[in-house]
Amino acid sequence: MSGSLDRLPRLLALVPYLLSHPGARAADVAALFEITEQQLRKDLDLLWVCGLPGHGPGDLIDMELEGDTITLFEPAGVTRPLRLTADEALALLVALRTLAETPGLVDRDVVSRTLAKIEEAAGAAAGPADRVAVAVEHQTGEDQVLPVVRQALAENRRVHLSYHVPARDETTERDVDPMRLLLVEGHTYLEGWCRRVEGVRLFRLDRVVGITLLDLPAEPPPEAAPRDLSQGLFQPSPGDQLVTIALQPGAHWVADYQPCESVEDLGDGTLVARVRTPDTAWVRRLALRLGDQARVLEPAGLVDQVRADARAALAAYDR
Amino acid sequence: MSAKKTERLLNLVICLLATRRYLSVQEIRDAVPGYESGNEESFRRMFERDKEELRELGIPLETGTESAVHDDELGYRIARRDYELPPISLSPDEAAALGLAARLWQSAPLAGATGNALLKLRAAGIDAPEASGALEPRVGATEPAFAACLSAVRDGRALRFTYRASGRSPEERTVEAWGVVSWRGRWYLVGFDTARQASRVFRLSRILGPAVPIGPEHDVRPPEDLDLRALVERMAGEQPRSTARVRLRPGAGWALRREATSSTIDADGWDVVEVGYSDPERFADRVTGYGADAVVLSPDEARAAVVRRLESLAR
Repeated sequence: MSGSLDRLPRLLALVPYLLSHPGARAADVAALFEITEQQLRKDLDLLWVCGLPGHGPGDLIDMELEGDTITLFEPAGVTRPLRLTADEALALLVALRTLAETPGLVDRDVVSRTLAKIEEAAGAAAGPADRVAVAVEHQTGEDQVLPVVRQALAENRRVHLSYHVPARDETTERDVDPMRLLLVEGHTYLEGWCRRVEGVRLFRLDRVVGITLLDLPAEPPPEAAPRDLSQGLFQPSPGDQLVTIALQPGAHWVADYQPCESVEDLGDGTLVARVRTPDTAWVRRLALRLGDQARVLEPAGLVDQVRADARAALAAYDR
Repeated sequence: MSAKKTERLLNLVICLLATRRYLSVQEIRDAVPGYESGNEESFRRMFERDKEELRELGIPLETGTESAVHDDELGYRIARRDYELPPISLSPDEAAALGLAARLWQSAPLAGATGNALLKLRAAGIDAPEASGALEPRVGATEPAFAACLSAVRDGRALRFTYRASGRSPEERTVEAWGVVSWRGRWYLVGFDTARQASRVFRLSRILGPAVPIGPEHDVRPPEDLDLRALVERMAGEQPRSTARVRLRPGAGWALRREATSSTIDADGWDVVEVGYSDPERFADRVTGYGADAVVLSPDEARAAVVRRLESLAR
């Protein structure tokens, strides 16, 4: 996007903003518009020379700078911001609908009221928002879990979780100091300091089998840092194992759904994916379910394990 | 881009907002600083580009003539009611919900659109607070084709792109864009495949290279009863068609147990659960993942599908 396409909309919002916030502090305005104070000064300098045709003293945009405050008193007719574009309306409306879809995350009535008001203000621009949706999955059990998690976060209390780990098909017991609730990739997660593994972990709420609010304060240690989610939900850790799998067409979906180090297309319908995993039990399960559509290439030990798993499972069908 | 041009465009907006009657191109040239220099032809070119930029920003330029009698030159104005954001006010809890929703989009173009929308709302007097960090809703859209699909859906256009369907070689597809849906963190395009004459769902990550819009805007009309969410649910898992009986080692097969419609214990202390499924192959995928901890007892189609998978691995 060219500079003027960024700057003009900002100026068209800045004038009515300043008009409705007399005495606004320059630092606050710059922060709100996500520009430096220096850039704000440049913007104001430009506004000063713009105005109604004639461009005489009474026609120009006029304001008073006093100390670090700005008071705009002559907007040259730019008294209201521009309407929302279809993209802008869509971004807000689909986001609000996504929140409304997730039971227990926010007060649904409040979100519905907000939605109605934004829709009305957007007018015709709201139309395309009906064609974009973010699906949020939830299990019935989550409805019981989420309020407890929210209460724990609000009261800063520790919880006890019975949590299912699908990679090992095990239900584990652990005490967790809640840090944040996340809605990521269509699922709700609790991020917290797990006292069992002494690390920050994500717990998908539909895999919480049981939750108890404990009469203990949540005390995540100072080193418990929230994850940076900009690179996605799952991040490799130094202890991970690297697994190489050859995927036939029926298993290509794995390359879409699993964060892969690399995916090589051999051109004959085979994709060779290199995946990092903290737990090779997960790879064994994956290899079993993919059957002849996938073959573990490395590590070699894992190949033998999968074969042994398959033979053991097959024995039950021979009876 | 120069400050001079921004200044000219801003003056143009102010000028066209202030006028009630349509201004001819010559009147605009006289009224707006920045148009005076150069010859007529270069001014016309400049004005055409400026109009295009204003339209891209969503500024509604109205064209018309002052007199129906004379064959006047086309004039321009901006109707205030079409330009201005209507009055809106939010209570503090509504503003907080908006502040939270505004954190949802993690990537272009919707993250940028959210920022611009918030600036307009703040300029309209709404105080959307920064949401606290205790709740983080996040939706990314990193697929390269996302922006093109979103624009096509917004503008009611068709798209042409190369698509690699699961297990097939890449093919060119022409699709009337109906909607885009995020499902489990991945984006899908829903539309009408013109070659196949049927509605289809495309995973954006499988679109190779650029997705090119074709045809005029507003040419594509999604069906009145289009239900994106229902389509997504159909993608997620069909309604159960048959019921399988599966024997599970105590404590194992949690995901199957959760869906079980009934559960009994057999003589060895294993659980026998009944689970609905729609496709025996997909069901077999799930059961096989549990290895020796889960055994399909019936029906034969599901049992045979599991055995086939295991045999190919046991060799």
